[in-house]
Amino acid sequence: RALLSPPAGALRALRGLAAGPEMHFGFQSVTEEERRERIYQVFESVAKKYDVMNDSMTLGIHRVWKDILMHKMNPSPGTLLLDVAGGTGDIAFRFINYVRSVRERQLQRKLKHHQNLSWQEIFESYQKDKFNSLGDSQVVVCDINREMLKVGKQKAQHLGYSEGLSWVLGNAEELPFDDDKFDVYTIAFGIRNVTRIDLALQEAYRVLKPGGRFLCLEFSHVSNPLLSRLYDLYSFQVIPVLGEVIAGDWKSYQYLVESIRRFPPQEELKAMIEDAGFFKVDYENLNFGIVAIHSGFKL
Amino acid sequence: EEEEEVEGWHQLYPGHIPTSPLQKALLAAGSAVMALYDPYRHDMVAVLGETTGCLALPNLRDKMKNHPEGYRILQERPRIRLSTLDMARLQGLPDGSLGREYVRFLEDNKVSPDTRMPPKFVDDEELAYVIQRYREVHDLMHTLLGMPTNMLGEVVVKWFEAIQTGLPMCVLGAAFGPVRLSTRKLQVLATELVPWAIRSGLNASCVLNVYYEQRWEQPVESLREELGIFSPP
Repeated sequence: RALLSPPAGALRALRGLAAGPEMHFGFQSVTEEERRERIYQVFESVAKKYDVMNDSMTLGIHRVWKDILMHKMNPSPGTLLLDVAGGTGDIAFRFINYVRSVRERQLQRKLKHHQNLSWQEIFESYQKDKFNSLGDSQVVVCDINREMLKVGKQKAQHLGYSEGLSWVLGNAEELPFDDDKFDVYTIAFGIRNVTRIDLALQEAYRVLKPGGRFLCLEFSHVSNPLLSRLYDLYSFQVIPVLGEVIAGDWKSYQYLVESIRRFPPQEELKAMIEDAGFFKVDYENLNFGIVAIHSGFKL
Repeated sequence: EEEEEVEGWHQLYPGHIPTSPLQKALLAAGSAVMALYDPYRHDMVAVLGETTGCLALPNLRDKMKNHPEGYRILQERPRIRLSTLDMARLQGLPDGSLGREYVRFLEDNKVSPDTRMPPKFVDDEELAYVIQRYREVHDLMHTLLGMPTNMLGEVVVKWFEAIQTGLPMCVLGAAFGPVRLSTRKLQVLATELVPWAIRSGLNASCVLNVYYEQRWEQPVESLREELGIFSPP
């Protein structure tokens, strides 16, 4: 498991000759293929402890960030959502909860208007609608990593989610879906791990219906200097330790904090999203830029 | 870019993860808590040993350097692994010999010398070997002390090792290990086993100064006498 190797210009030059352009893996320099492989291995090894680690690292705040994403999306029943890099299902489950509660309120309002019906008729209409508690909303969870999907499916079973939920193995850079299919595309804490972000954005554009929305939740850059220093201290000193103690895996979490530093900042990501063809691209900083939600529309 | 990421480039031995003093402190605290919370996390016990051994390890290394056999061990760096041990030969040795009893211990308790964690957080290559040697010799401690690998046996060995090595991890293990034992076992521990382990530990010469790989034929009794370990109760 030689995740750390001594810097050797000669070695790098040789690899450069061998295969493809240089990329970053955290703070190391690797080829595209190597980067994909290493990232796959990182998530394979963290999959089982992924949720526990998220809670520990962010002190549970990641749940709030995901809730905010869902509120921003504000999906109505009947929405078809594609959640890419959705691994353990956090966004998917929130989506289902959200549309279910919106649907319930819809039904309640409907019932209010039907108060002049007979008991029998009210009962029958309620029964009919109950079998459509999601209002035909659907979410497809797509992830490149089998282990993450496995954990996600187990969670779904454990928590009782089944209706309106599908799990697909796929690559964000080359989605196994047809054009103009989805109402919303989300990628939460996943785009950072994609090797060719431009391709992922193009694919997002392709599979969205006209009028569809792109939403990206990702770690971003903190501009406030004091906060930035504290954040760095926490990231580099505490997070790998948490990884070792909780998951027995220092290196994957070292990779995590390095990859966050390497990821394009807010404005740069905005430009990339615009390049893919999206309009009305905007971003919202959460917690001073520790996390940002980027949004765009396909017109 | 930050300065911290350069840490990764100062690897002193394969598997080495350089850490700042703050990280070591956090690791020590975290691993201690986790080891108590989940006793099956042997990796946490290992990490605790590495992050707290900064005084005890150089001490041990010096004891080894100043002893002819220990010095040879530091030079030759022998490793106890299934690939380096001739199991068939050891099994063929007479009963009561170190080799035969060691293999018997491994079989009875269904353990293997290959499950020892390699060091990660020791920032000195020689000290990393010392702690590695300590880990690999642990099973031989069980054999010499005649203790099985259940909780009781492990605690007794930890008391012995705590006296012998001074490693804080051993001291903590010796002090907190008994927490999970039944009262009956605690009684036996307190009245017979621990006093014996302490006496033996104090009386015996440094167990890391023994080139075990060259003494497989030696009877266990004779090695005990030579070292100064009293017969187990």
